[in-house]
Amino acid sequence: MKSVFFGAVSATALIASAVHAEPQAEVLHWWTSGGEAKSVAVLQEEFASKGGQWTDMPVAGGGGDAAMTALRARVLSGNAPTAVQLKGPAIQEWYEEGVLADISPVAEAQGWADVLPASIAGHMKCEGTWCAAPVNVHRVDWIWANADVLEANGIEMPSTWDEFNAAAEKLQAAGIIPLAHGGQAWQDATVFEAVALGILGADGFRKAFVDLDMDTLKSDEMKAVFDQMRTMRGYVDDNFSGRDWNLATAMVMNGEAAFQIMGDWAKGEFMAAGKAPGEDFLCASVPGDGFLYNVDSFAMFDVDGDDKKAGQELLAELIVGQNFQKVFNLNKGSIPARIDVSLEEFDSCAHLSAKDMGESSDNGSLLPSYAHGMALRGAQSGAITDVVTAHFNSDMSSDEAVNMLADAVANSM
Amino acid sequence: MTKWLEENTPKLVLAPSFIAVLIFVYGFIAWTAWVSFTRSRLLPRYDIEGFIQYDRLFASPRWDTALNNLFVFGFLFIVIAMVLGLVLAILLDQNIRTEGAIRTVYLYPMALSMIVTGTAWKWILNPGLGIQAMVRGWGFEDFTFDWLVNPDMAIYTIVIAAIWQSSGFVMALFLAGLRSVDGEIIKAAQVDGIPTWRIYTAIIIPSMAPIFLSAFIVLSHLAIKSFDLVIALTGGGPGYATDLPATYMYAMAFSRGDIGQAASSAMIMMMVVFAIVVPYLYSELRSKDD
Repeated sequence: MKSVFFGAVSATALIASAVHAEPQAEVLHWWTSGGEAKSVAVLQEEFASKGGQWTDMPVAGGGGDAAMTALRARVLSGNAPTAVQLKGPAIQEWYEEGVLADISPVAEAQGWADVLPASIAGHMKCEGTWCAAPVNVHRVDWIWANADVLEANGIEMPSTWDEFNAAAEKLQAAGIIPLAHGGQAWQDATVFEAVALGILGADGFRKAFVDLDMDTLKSDEMKAVFDQMRTMRGYVDDNFSGRDWNLATAMVMNGEAAFQIMGDWAKGEFMAAGKAPGEDFLCASVPGDGFLYNVDSFAMFDVDGDDKKAGQELLAELIVGQNFQKVFNLNKGSIPARIDVSLEEFDSCAHLSAKDMGESSDNGSLLPSYAHGMALRGAQSGAITDVVTAHFNSDMSSDEAVNMLADAVANSM
Repeated sequence: MTKWLEENTPKLVLAPSFIAVLIFVYGFIAWTAWVSFTRSRLLPRYDIEGFIQYDRLFASPRWDTALNNLFVFGFLFIVIAMVLGLVLAILLDQNIRTEGAIRTVYLYPMALSMIVTGTAWKWILNPGLGIQAMVRGWGFEDFTFDWLVNPDMAIYTIVIAAIWQSSGFVMALFLAGLRSVDGEIIKAAQVDGIPTWRIYTAIIIPSMAPIFLSAFIVLSHLAIKSFDLVIALTGGGPGYATDLPATYMYAMAFSRGDIGQAASSAMIMMMVVFAIVVPYLYSELRSKDD
C-alpha cells in the first residue's frame, strides 16, 4: 500500500516537472572576494533548495567595469542574463535601452512596497513597474575612530565639522594622523559627499547631487564644502596617494591614525581583525543630519522561455525574502533593505544604521550616495569626481573649484 | 586552370588576412568614427548628432591634462630613451669582455610586463617606503623626493619607469646598427688618425639613420598606447594628474558608460598616431621610388 502511494506521488512529481519547467537563472555579478562570495553562495543554495537551477556568472575586476563590459556584449547579442548586479540610476539607464523585465507580479504578491523605504523602492522601479530587487543598504556617511586613541587624547566623537577640525588639530599636535585616507578618486569623492551632507544639509545635498541645480553647485555653501576639503587635506599624511581603503582602515585599527570616513564595508575589516564595535573602534554618522545609502540590487533582464521567467520570479522573491536579507547582510556588514527583518544578531553599528535609516526615511533626509553611483549617471558623477579629486590633490582655490564643478556638470550632459 | 592558379595563388593566399584586416581594423575604425558623431551612452546608438562629442572632449579639463601629459611624456620618453640607448650601445661597443652578460642585464627590463614595472616603481618612489624613506633613514632628514604624490611632478615618474623599461631595448637596436656599419670604413678612418668621437659623430651615427627611424616609431607607439604602466604606477593620480588619452578613453567607455565620448577621444588618439606614421610612410615610399 505504502509503496503504491509513493509510486503515485513520484509519478505525479515526474509529470509535474515535465509540465512546469525547472526554474533557471543565470546571474551576473562581481561578488568574488571572500565574504561576498560566501554571501552569494547563500542565495545559490536557497535557490537550489527550491528546485531551481542556478548558473553562476561571476566577472571580477575593475569594481564592476569588467562585468559591465560582459553585460554589454550579452545584451547586444540578444542573450541577456536573467539577473545582473546593478545599482542606482544604471538600472534606469538599462531600462531606457529597453532590455529590462517587469517583475511587478512578484513584488506586489510579496508586498515590497510596504517593507522597503520609499526612496530605496524608487530605485527599483522603472516608470512605475518593478524591475529590480534590492539586496542591502550600505551607509556611506560613517566616521570610524580608534577608541583608545580618542580616549588617550580626551576627544569625543565630533558632532560638527568645527569639532572635527578642533579634534584633528589636537591629534596632530600629539603626533597622530587625524584622518586615514586613501588618495583614490572614489575615496576623495566619499569624503567630499560626507562633508557636503554636513554643510549643505539634506535639501542642499539633494539639490546639488540629485537635481544638479546650478545655483546650489555654485553657492557659497558649496565653496564652504571645498574649504573644508582643503582643511582636511592638511589632516591626511603625506603618503596617502593611491592607498587602498582597507589599508587606511588598518591605520585606524593600529592607532596610527584616529579617524576614517568610509562606508560600512570598513566595519568588515575591523570585525575580521577581531575588533569589537564600541570597545576597540567607534562608529558614528558624520557631522550633519541625513543618511547616504549605497544599495546593491539585482536588475531583472528580459528573457525568453517559461523556465527562465520562473527562475527570475523565484530569484526576485528569494532576494527580498527575510532569510536571505538577514544572512547576506550579516556576512557583508550592511543592513537589510527591508525594514521588518529582525536585527537581533547584528552589531551595534548596524543597529544605529537601521535606526537612522528609519528616521531619515520619515523626515526626507534618506539620500542616495553620489560617490557610489546611486544619485547620478556615470557621466555626471564622474565629472563631479574629476573636480573633487583635482581640487583635493592640488592647491586649487574653492572659487575655482566651484566654477569648474558647474562647467564640468554642464559639459557632461 | 593551372595557369590561372599559378597567377592568382599569391592573391588567394593573401585574401583571408586582407579581408580580416579590412573588417577588424579599418571596419572598426569606421565604426568608431561613426559612434563618435553620436550621443551614445551605455550602448552604441547610430543617430548622427554632429561634433557634440568633440566639443565636450575639448571642453573637458581632464582631456586637456591627458593630451598635455601625452606630449610631455612622449617627448621626454622618446628623446631620453634614445639618447640613453645610444650611449649604452656605444659604451658596449668598445669590445669589452663581458659584453654578453651586460647586454642581457640591460635588456632584461623589457622582459617584464609594464604592470610589474609599474608596481615595482610605485614602491621605489613611494615617499614612505622607497628612496625618500631610505635616504631619510641615512640621516638626511630634510631629503624630499615625493614626485609620485606631487600632481605637478607625477608624470615624470611615469617617464622614469618607461625609460627604465625600454632603454635596454633601444640599446640592443642601436648595437645591432653599430655592428652593421662597414668595418673597412672605420678602419680607414682610424688609419687616417681621426679621433674616435669624430668617427662616431661623422661616420657611424649618420649611417645608422634607418635604425633611428625604427627606434622612433617603436617608442612613439609605445608612448601613445601607454596604459598599463599608468594604471599600475599611479592609477592616473594624484587626482587625474597623470591621465593619458588611453586611460581617459578607458574611463569613459568602461567606467562611465559614455561610449560617444570614448569614441571621440579614440579618434583623436588615432589622428596623433597618423600625424607620426604618415610622414614616415611617405618618406619610405618616396625613397623606394627613387
